[in-house]
Amino acid sequence: MPWDRNQMAARAARELKDGMYVNLGIGIPTLVANFIPEGVDVTLQSENGMLGMGPFPIEGDEDPDLINAGKQTITELKRTAYFDSAQSFAMIRGGKINMAILGAMEVSEKGDLANWMIPGKLVKGMGGAMDLVAGVGRVVVVMDHTNKAGESKVLRECTLPLTGKGVVDRIITNLGVLDVGHKGLHIVELADGVTEAQLRAATEATIVD
Amino acid sequence: MKQKLYDTAAEALDGLLFDGMTIAAGGFGLCGIPELLIAAIRASGVKELTVASNNAGVDDFGLGLLLQDRQVKKMISSYVGENAEFMRQYLAGELEIEFNPQGTLAERMRAGGAGIPGFFTKTGVGTVIAEGKEHKDFNGETYILERGIVADVSIVKALKGDDTGNLVFRKTARNFNPPAAMCGRVCIAEVEEIVPRGALDPDNIHLPGIYVHRIIQGPHEKRIEQRTTRKKETA
Repeated sequence: MPWDRNQMAARAARELKDGMYVNLGIGIPTLVANFIPEGVDVTLQSENGMLGMGPFPIEGDEDPDLINAGKQTITELKRTAYFDSAQSFAMIRGGKINMAILGAMEVSEKGDLANWMIPGKLVKGMGGAMDLVAGVGRVVVVMDHTNKAGESKVLRECTLPLTGKGVVDRIITNLGVLDVGHKGLHIVELADGVTEAQLRAATEATIVD
Repeated sequence: MKQKLYDTAAEALDGLLFDGMTIAAGGFGLCGIPELLIAAIRASGVKELTVASNNAGVDDFGLGLLLQDRQVKKMISSYVGENAEFMRQYLAGELEIEFNPQGTLAERMRAGGAGIPGFFTKTGVGTVIAEGKEHKDFNGETYILERGIVADVSIVKALKGDDTGNLVFRKTARNFNPPAAMCGRVCIAEVEEIVPRGALDPDNIHLPGIYVHRIIQGPHEKRIEQRTTRKKETA
């Protein structure tokens, strides 16, 4: 059985190391916060101006002045620091954030990432995604391996407009984990019950080993 | 010192608005937006505006109100997903949009206010954002030139301010407000509470009053865009 959303998030959470500063994107990456391993202390950054993001508030405690980058109400922690948007992206662009875990529409074997626009469809904007992939230390993508039509989202070349070029380090999908290398992708891990042949068959990109 | 305190948003905007002007606005989503000044700009009827703001509000609140009355010619934003009227005007070709990466937009405002006409950034290299922009290599890495933004007027929202314009923000409502304030030739701040001089701790001023030229006091609606909660037992 391929991994479901929660299993993908749990696998992505194993990328987190004690002491890291991490930015989680919208979608499956948001679920990663639910699976942070015991004994691993990470500080979550929200690019609208917060380090040390806490969980959603208990009903009645919502604060209009306290939201995450997805505009959801959240809470603060004892470690929390607030700052403005220029400061927030100084720490992102400046390489101070250790890791970003983001969703994607397509990833190429060269580490190119497309996750912000489909030509001809509604374009909402890139938000902070381009800044994140250009700036943070390590970029981990979490997404389904194929689209609804069954076509691979792990490609030789992205077909959609890019969010960043050569920016992805690791790809976690419902079928397994792949690393971006110099000559193609390397299989790191297979999802439970998924064979290497199945992973290769679902992947358009070059897998070197 | 020239008097900075005004009674109403309309009075604070008096003499500053003209068709075709550029306005920079603070706020992220509906959090920390200058809602009173937006309402007064709508009431003024000024049009052909270029508005630099991370988002464009929702249909019936925030900058969405200016879109309803077709007062905006162009938005400079990073994300505009929450506004049906915006999308309608955009797809109909009635509204121009310049997408900026969020950090690039924040830094363009900060730089504009700091007297920096342009800066180099890695953000957007190899994407459509880089097209037509100067590329330059530093230490073996490629960067693109982005320009600072200077707005005719900037409008921001803070928690507290004094009569000299010193501002204190609250939690994530700070967001784009300080950089937006900095990039305005004239900056107007609306605050929830105007406090007496000396009431704010000088060590904890988030934006020094030199950037703020006019200031008014709330009340504010402070609408929540996405109310998200958890159950008590999962705490």
